[in-house]
Amino acid sequence: MHVPDGFLDATTSLATGAVAVVGVSLALRGARRELDDRTAPVAGLVATFVFAGQMMNFPVGAGTSGHLLGGALAAVLAGPWTAVLCLSVVLLVQALFMADGGITALGTNITLMGLVAVGVAWLVFCGLRMVLPKRVSMVPAAAAVAALVSVPSAAAVFTLLFVVGGTAPIDTGTLLTAMLGWHVVIGLGEAAITGLVVGSVVAVRPDLVHGARPLLEERTLVIRPAVPR
Amino acid sequence: MSAPRSRSLLLVGLLVALLVAGFGSYYASNHPDGLIYVAEQTGFDDQQDQSAAGDGPFAGYSTRGVDDERLGGGLAGVAGVLVVLTLSGGLFWVLRRRGPADDAGV
Repeated sequence: MHVPDGFLDATTSLATGAVAVVGVSLALRGARRELDDRTAPVAGLVATFVFAGQMMNFPVGAGTSGHLLGGALAAVLAGPWTAVLCLSVVLLVQALFMADGGITALGTNITLMGLVAVGVAWLVFCGLRMVLPKRVSMVPAAAAVAALVSVPSAAAVFTLLFVVGGTAPIDTGTLLTAMLGWHVVIGLGEAAITGLVVGSVVAVRPDLVHGARPLLEERTLVIRPAVPR
Repeated sequence: MSAPRSRSLLLVGLLVALLVAGFGSYYASNHPDGLIYVAEQTGFDDQQDQSAAGDGPFAGYSTRGVDDERLGGGLAGVAGVLVVLTLSGGLFWVLRRRGPADDAGV
């Protein structure tokens, strides 16, 4: 999903750059509410894990591959504002040190993977949390569905950007169909990885999972007779 | 069984990230990702410009001067993990809400 230099024209790249700057500025404010002594180290690890996960391209058939974007994973584990910052740090390091994703396309990549994927994932996750049973066990499943939706959403926004400012005349319908088709399949991989990782953390320390916290607070305290040791 | 302390969980997570980036990534698919594949199929992949960072020591997830693909890729992965951990960990530590730690598990 990393957009290289040259796919989008300068005007569009400047516009997505401005969107990314506004998004990251808002996230720098919002993340303060999500981070404390206990969650800040976890959030740092989430960013690191997203970087590592993005290196593991998995085959999706017919000579193409996909990799974790990590928007849903980071949003559910660390909170949506912190997730925007996680993805932004990962994309910055990738663009500067790994030449993965263009430098003039950094704003585009932050917009697509940092803002769109994280934002869509968090909205879907919160929507599911409202309608599903109020149990911590729904968190990995809701995270997986959020992950599945987030990938084609980012692909659709790329298509939109390419229609506005692409550097080659490509038929919109053809591009949209191809982008959505492949990224739904990649989204299935995203859902599997996200469900597995969120499920593992929820199993051992649900209190460290941002998306699970409202459910933990709603758990009623039950007084049980003491168990003799 | 009591819940694992935050520190053990963080160490396990970091170990998994290092293993994936330093070792597992060698086995990752080399096929182009969805976007580049679609660009090839629909015919705009030649619009791609070489990144200005293309001459960096870890460009393309390899290590300059290391010919062995497994070692070079692994070193680049480990270096990336450490840079991301330092930058994000530092940023989040600066941004965090200050106050007495309310968790005995740390």
